[in-house]
Amino acid sequence: MDIYLLEAIINGILLGGVLAVLALGLNLIFGVIDVVWIAYADLVMCGMYLIYYLNVELNWPLLLACAVAIAWVAALGVLVHVLIIAPILGSAPINQLLATGGLLFFLQSFATLLFGTDFRNIGVRLPIIELSGIYVSSARLLAFAVAVAGAIALYFFLRRTFVGTAIRAIAQDRDIVGLMGVDQRHIYLVTSAIGGALAGLAACLLILQYDVHPFIGNTFGPLIFMICVLGGLGDMIGGFVAAFVMSQIIAIGGYYFSTELSYVFAFTFFIVLMFVRPRGMFSR
Amino acid sequence: MIAGLAVALLALPNFVAPYFMHLLIQILLWGFVYTSWSIMGRFGFVSLGHGAFMGIGAYVPALLWNYAGLTPWIGIPVGIGFAVLLALIVGYPCFRLKVVGHYFALVTLALSQVVMLSIVAARDVTGGSLGFTPKAVGHSWYALQFPEKVYFYGISLALWFGGLAVWYWIDCGIGREALDAISEDEEAAGSVGINVIREKLRVTLISAALTALGGAIYGQYMMYLNPETVSGIAVSLQIVFAAIVGGTYAAVGPTVGALLTISLNEGLRVAFGTNFIGAANTIYGILLVLFIIFMPRGIVGMIQDAMKGSRRGKAVFYSAIRRPSSADQ
Repeated sequence: MDIYLLEAIINGILLGGVLAVLALGLNLIFGVIDVVWIAYADLVMCGMYLIYYLNVELNWPLLLACAVAIAWVAALGVLVHVLIIAPILGSAPINQLLATGGLLFFLQSFATLLFGTDFRNIGVRLPIIELSGIYVSSARLLAFAVAVAGAIALYFFLRRTFVGTAIRAIAQDRDIVGLMGVDQRHIYLVTSAIGGALAGLAACLLILQYDVHPFIGNTFGPLIFMICVLGGLGDMIGGFVAAFVMSQIIAIGGYYFSTELSYVFAFTFFIVLMFVRPRGMFSR
Repeated sequence: MIAGLAVALLALPNFVAPYFMHLLIQILLWGFVYTSWSIMGRFGFVSLGHGAFMGIGAYVPALLWNYAGLTPWIGIPVGIGFAVLLALIVGYPCFRLKVVGHYFALVTLALSQVVMLSIVAARDVTGGSLGFTPKAVGHSWYALQFPEKVYFYGISLALWFGGLAVWYWIDCGIGREALDAISEDEEAAGSVGINVIREKLRVTLISAALTALGGAIYGQYMMYLNPETVSGIAVSLQIVFAAIVGGTYAAVGPTVGALLTISLNEGLRVAFGTNFIGAANTIYGILLVLFIIFMPRGIVGMIQDAMKGSRRGKAVFYSAIRRPSSADQ
């Protein structure tokens, strides 16, 4: 096999890791609260800017900045739920999508106001690893490892703890759960906080590979929604696999054609699959 | 009153400066596009794919003009044809397979990305993200190019009136009841003999065609196309939000949305200058969230409700005077 194609495939797998982390938190919110946070990727952008600010402007150590960013985005997640989603939880689902769309406008332009449209980075670049002629970004390798670890941790959290069980139950039937002694509002808050924290985690991984700018959310946002839907809502493993399918389409398409066309293929694949398998790739 | 308004709108070019002329044309053109969206959006079929139709409508005639020398009088209908075809290819399976609510929004979102990225990817032909400039020939009916703003003012005024007419035509037509029923409950509407797929497809195709037409005229007026400003997610969201802020349940709602968003943008730009590039959209974003939470029917809807409320209040008052017993029941 062509060595460059192999490199593209391996980098595709690693890009899949990044997308999987992004999709993980969104999947939790999408699957449990059944709300589309169209501004989810922009919360990641907020986390990236905070890390940049703390690390570069205030000279904090990177790990501390990352830890603060995770907590900060988790708090943002709770705020989004309390201020925007909770008041309209009873209205048509599309209204919740549109309200978070307003948030998207707000966050992107507020970031422009604070930081301008310049591309910024923290000046830390993890080394490129060479394996018998194939070049692999170690930042992506790290993202991949964190994605796997995060998915496993989330899986056990959802299976083995009371709150996790309650979250799964609420995803199945939100009305009956109340009768079983679970406070839905409490579970929604916990879910939003975890979803936000995962966005913060994604911000830590992305800042190592990408420059942050106010519109970086537009690069990933649409893609990760489609990954969640393809994997089946609330299906963590499905979402994980879907992230890798999409990233392979992008990597191989990018190798043979161009980056833009590879995204065209990925989005077209999503549209077609929604018609063939409306409940996700792995639905029976 | 309507006749007075029409006379005022027609006489306006004699009195205003070119800059305000430009703003008026923008408001009318975007008002037309937002109205086109609300033709389907008001029934709860929220499409985030209208950037795709607008992009096709704008690019096809410009490309045909530059590369084949084909007049926009043919190019624009061809562009509309492509947009309608695309709406059919995506809309039919969506409606057939009952892809609704936020799934429909996501499928159409993907569609608008597909069109925008295709335009960028075909950069050899379309100029990619650098944009595309139609060949200018000066004042020409054949090329539909007019350096004088007054011509495009007339064209966009006519377009805008046309958009309102289509809105009323659907509002008064027989299909309207059917569409209302579908937006309440698709299953129930289907069970009483409404052809759900046909009704939804009809408004979708009309809406797509008008949006493409709006895109085409916008391109002819601006004489510059950029994939980011005529297609893609940003435009799709802009269309949806302005229509919602204005109100999608009344004919003039989307136009009020255009008026408000464009004046807000320009006002803040003049007030703060370009230093505060994000200021307008920051305020806009907060307004959107507040609107959707507190006034999902938009400005015009809210005014209508207030008027209806006072009328109903009077009715209750009078009936209470005439027959006091009815109030006790």
